Amino acid sequence: MPRDDSSRGPRDPGAGPGLRFPTIGLPPPAIRRMIAVSAALALLLILLFTSYYQIEPDEVGVVQLFGAYSRTTEPGPHFKIPFWVERVTKVPVQSQLKMEFGFRTAHAGIQSSFSPPTPQTIGEAVMLTGDLNVAVVEWIVQFRIREPRQYLFHVRDVPETFRYMSEAVMRQIVGDHSVDEVLTIGRESIALQAKEELQRLCDLYGIGIEVQQLVLQDVNPPDPVKPAFNEVNQAIQEKERAINEAWADYNKSVPRSKGEAEQAIRSAEGYTLERVNNAEGDAKRFEALYAEYRKAPVVTRKRIYLETMNQILPKVGHKLILDDKAKGILPLLNLQDAPKEGTR
Amino acid sequence: MRAPLWLAGIALVTVLLFASLYAISETEQAILTQFGKPVGGLVTRPGLHLKIPFVQVVNRFDKRWLEFDGDANEIPTKDKKYIWVDTYARWRISDPLRFFQAVHDERGGQSRLDDIVDGETRNAIASFDLIEVVRSSNRPFQRTEELEGIGAAEAMANVTAGRQEIARIILEKAAKITPEFGIELVDVRFKRINYVDSVQKKVFERMISERQRIAERSRSEGQGRAAEILGQKQRDILAASSAGYRTAQEIKGAADAKATAIYARAYGRDPEFYQFLKTMETLAQGLDQNSWLILSTDAEIARYLKGTGQR
Repeated sequence: MPRDDSSRGPRDPGAGPGLRFPTIGLPPPAIRRMIAVSAALALLLILLFTSYYQIEPDEVGVVQLFGAYSRTTEPGPHFKIPFWVERVTKVPVQSQLKMEFGFRTAHAGIQSSFSPPTPQTIGEAVMLTGDLNVAVVEWIVQFRIREPRQYLFHVRDVPETFRYMSEAVMRQIVGDHSVDEVLTIGRESIALQAKEELQRLCDLYGIGIEVQQLVLQDVNPPDPVKPAFNEVNQAIQEKERAINEAWADYNKSVPRSKGEAEQAIRSAEGYTLERVNNAEGDAKRFEALYAEYRKAPVVTRKRIYLETMNQILPKVGHKLILDDKAKGILPLLNLQDAPKEGTR
Repeated sequence: MRAPLWLAGIALVTVLLFASLYAISETEQAILTQFGKPVGGLVTRPGLHLKIPFVQVVNRFDKRWLEFDGDANEIPTKDKKYIWVDTYARWRISDPLRFFQAVHDERGGQSRLDDIVDGETRNAIASFDLIEVVRSSNRPFQRTEELEGIGAAEAMANVTAGRQEIARIILEKAAKITPEFGIELVDVRFKRINYVDSVQKKVFERMISERQRIAERSRSEGQGRAAEILGQKQRDILAASSAGYRTAQEIKGAADAKATAIYARAYGRDPEFYQFLKTMETLAQGLDQNSWLILSTDAEIARYLKGTGQR
């Protein structure tokens, strides 16, 4: 008889229970009455215990009457028809549930520890990117059960189905991005698109789940390729460094040479002042002299001439005065020796 | 001994009642068979139902979407790239009677689905290039500055179908076959697509060489930029010093011009006298211990050596 594994879904209340009737002997009437009373009491207690149930604050209870949906009960104490007539399935609709892909948290806490990668987690994370490269993507999905009835009754094995949906969606989105987008600039938009697509798929499948968050965790190039990716980062650093060093060198010399240019200009300005002042001084001196000279030109000329000679003659080392008639003396003079003597 | 008889009556009624009642859950559907022959049609309404006790048997089938996880298959794409393709599907028993007759139970159904979905997957993958299987659209990739011009050829791929479309083709074709087994295929999707090991090795090698290209370019860009800055430095230094020189020369030239004007104005009153003065000054400064001075007695200073001149 084809029957599904009833442990997977709400259990089947129709399975025929084998009620047993105790055979009753003939004890004395007092004892018989006591047995009857305690049997009735026990029955009452059993009834009470099997019909009472409690729904925790984060749950709702889905009640099925002979397998058919009857009602959804809110948190608090409740009663149902006992035995197999009514059955309650508790669904945590308020809890935020989480699924991890590509890794597993071994122990959650302030410092969560993660299980070492297994073939299963690696299989989940490795995927092809749109430029036909390979990336290792880890992500989590946080979700909530929005429709308990859909969640329970529409799809069998919702957790596994949801895992597959999430894997398929993530690969679809990553498959439309380049490896560099996946690793760096596209992370947020990939997570957002994947979340939307996953929600769309949830609605299509009718599994009653609301996707609240989809977050990319570690996204890496595959291990054998990692060194090459690191090399790129290193090369970028090197590039920055080369540029910075070049600018440092620039800053070391250009301002100095600008200063030196300023220096040349200032010193030229100094030259101007000197030159003009000198010229004016010389001019004033000449004008003053000239004014007096005009009054007595002949005598002033003679005076200046003679004063100059007066200055020169003591200074000059070799003097020779010739009469214009004694021309023969010149060849006798040893003029070549004279400078040597003079330097001595 | 009337009590046991009375109890036996109740017991009989109870057993009969239990044998003739059955419950169908929200997740189930059932067909009744009578000595193996189906009777009464499909029961889909959840709740309590009646049957003829001991004669009719309830055959229950799941009403929900059921799981199907295909094996990962090594399939060549149209452009001869070998990939692992792992699909999953969801299906439901749409016609329990036919399902019951054709495949009997879920295990039978799974094995038929294996054949159908795997076959259609193989056909579909083999008729598309790898890029079609991976990508879903022709969206251009966003590029960061340092990646400009890298991997451009691959980004040019022209996707005509895309991953979702190929999955849809598989679903459409497979879903045409499954109704004969009483199965409705509701969705087929690619769970995983990966390179086979030998291809993956080549891809890794390509990725490495691509990254090395980027790294080399980045380094050489750095060196190039540094050289550019060095050139800029030399240019700026020369510009500054030559501008300084030019300005200085201009200033000096102006100064010389002004001085010349001043001298010309002053000395222009009597150039001859200026020449006389300057000559005297030069003689006074220019002669020293080593100089020879040969004077003729005709010279003015020596004139009186010949006599007082008063003849």
